[in-house]
Amino acid sequence: MAVAKEKLIWMYRTMVLHREFDERVGKEFAAGNIPGFIHLSQGHEAIGAGAMAALRADDYITAHHRAHGHLLAKGGKPEEIMAELYGKATGCMKGKGGSQHMTNPDVGHIGSDALLGTSSLQAAGAALSAKLRGTDQVVVAFFGDGALNTGAVHGALNIAAAWQLPVVFICENNKWAESTSIYDSTHLTKLTDRAFGYGIPAVAVDGNDVLEVYEVVSKAVAKARKGGGPTFIEAKTCRQHAHYEGDTQSYRPKGEIDECRKRDPIPRFRKKLVEMGVLTEKEADKIHQEALKTIEKAVKFAAESPFPKPEEVLTDVLA
Amino acid sequence: MSLLKEVEMKEITYLKAITEAVDEEMARDPTVFLMGEDVRAWGAPFGEFKGLFDKYGPKRVLDTPIDERVIIGVAVGAATTGLRPIANIMFTEFLCVCMSEILNAVCKTRYMTGGKVKMPVTIMGYCGAGQSAAGEHSSCLDGALMRATGLKIAVPSTPYDVKGLIKSAIREDNPVIVPYHLNLIANGLKGEVPEKEYTIPLGKADIKREGSDVTVVATYLMVHRALAAADKLQKKGISLEVIDPRTLVPLDKKTIIDSVRKTGKLVIMDEEPITGSAAGEIAAIMAEEAFDLLDAPIKRVCAPDTPIPCSPPLEKLWMPDEEELIKAVTEICS
Repeated sequence: MAVAKEKLIWMYRTMVLHREFDERVGKEFAAGNIPGFIHLSQGHEAIGAGAMAALRADDYITAHHRAHGHLLAKGGKPEEIMAELYGKATGCMKGKGGSQHMTNPDVGHIGSDALLGTSSLQAAGAALSAKLRGTDQVVVAFFGDGALNTGAVHGALNIAAAWQLPVVFICENNKWAESTSIYDSTHLTKLTDRAFGYGIPAVAVDGNDVLEVYEVVSKAVAKARKGGGPTFIEAKTCRQHAHYEGDTQSYRPKGEIDECRKRDPIPRFRKKLVEMGVLTEKEADKIHQEALKTIEKAVKFAAESPFPKPEEVLTDVLA
Repeated sequence: MSLLKEVEMKEITYLKAITEAVDEEMARDPTVFLMGEDVRAWGAPFGEFKGLFDKYGPKRVLDTPIDERVIIGVAVGAATTGLRPIANIMFTEFLCVCMSEILNAVCKTRYMTGGKVKMPVTIMGYCGAGQSAAGEHSSCLDGALMRATGLKIAVPSTPYDVKGLIKSAIREDNPVIVPYHLNLIANGLKGEVPEKEYTIPLGKADIKREGSDVTVVATYLMVHRALAAADKLQKKGISLEVIDPRTLVPLDKKTIIDSVRKTGKLVIMDEEPITGSAAGEIAAIMAEEAFDLLDAPIKRVCAPDTPIPCSPPLEKLWMPDEEELIKAVTEICS
């Protein structure tokens, strides 16, 4: 699949921004500057970047509690996302949603759930809406291997198949549902088998290979856009960090995280881009530096922004 | 009276009023659509949506799987992307299956996005005992729903009210639940509605009967039982003012307080187990905001804290009735 140079560079830039953003969030959380429960997603960057590269601006996504990067990739502004994490008035949700609900309908990201699975139903609803309104918009629902065991995801897969909705389900399989291994929570060895049970075509991809993700999602999106119904994609990946910041991960087998880092999607893609002649090492370094600068600005913006005014506790309940 | 006669009225059933409300709103606004269990062939088990599939077709009247999480979750996705879903969950007791979608997705998404989305979802379904449908098809869940911050709750007792409230609910940019009472459907309750289009604002109570001695607040079927009790008590020289709040959220506190200012006594009649009932919340509000106006303790006439039994004589005992209301009124009037 031939991919335009600009798109390749966009994917790389998006992955680097995602990585450095979450790295910084971890530091700011540890320093006591970010409140709440924080779930980082280092290692998952290729999934969001590859999928979002296959979407139009007017397509929708839904995501989950580990998804700062998905909003960055969908077009959310880094400074507004950081301010949201800080609980500031300038956050993309005025500081009322925070990390676990990182969403911004203004850029087509319509819901992130922390009670997992629910957002997949919303994805099916948005896809129904696109169909009923007669648009050719597509929805991508991101969820994890843990959420795949919920009734909500079952319901979403079933209705998307029954109504042939334009949804692409992307299961980010990092093999850990919090501290519970996938081998303890399902008897399946291939998660794609679950989708076949609903009559949904499914494919497993290396979720740490952004080009493979992009290629498979592009095909699924094109099919959905033409009225061809849903696709299920299992993106096999690896969680480089803890479930939440503060989790000691005593449950993870020795060496697993080192293995994880060996499969790191970012150096891998960088190497490929350099080999392909798309980027020089110098240009790739520059992308990293730019990301760091963007994040520095975002942190400054968040730190200097005011907290919401007291009266904000009572607003936005009803329209 | 001459003013009233200027409005052309017709008599229809409570059931027909539901049909007309949904039909009129679907005709008025192409973004309104109906989905739920068995809404297509049956038009729901008691037929309140009969004819709508033939009129509006498969894009606007959708049968769903028997999975309430799907109905509500899909409605949220549709509502945040430009449509106005009517999510029918058949019996409101089935809300238990999808309470996460209600309490979280429906009720909190607007707040948690800092007001970036509207949530024009109308949830409907049967409530109420009296059909020997037992513990999973009979409850009114109003007390629990009042706690679902961000959800408006309509509690219609007449054909006029159910039609006007459903129409307002569908036009509302916030989630509204309109449970309609199965007994009022099954017993073919009739009443007058205007020939012309009308709506009822959410948050405006209706004084169903004026009186001077005791204020009774009642909802759904209980309004009719309170009116029957009022007839009986009138003969004993006790005058009841029967207030139908029509919506529990928002609650028209002013109309209730104004009535209590006149009567000094308040009884709340609610077809729910007493603990955690809507009656309890109304009693608490009145104790805080109208204590000085009361010259007797607030009374709640509710059901006992048990599931609803199937056996007809037991179910009859379970449901609050006129005699229990008369007893409560007599106690505070003696």
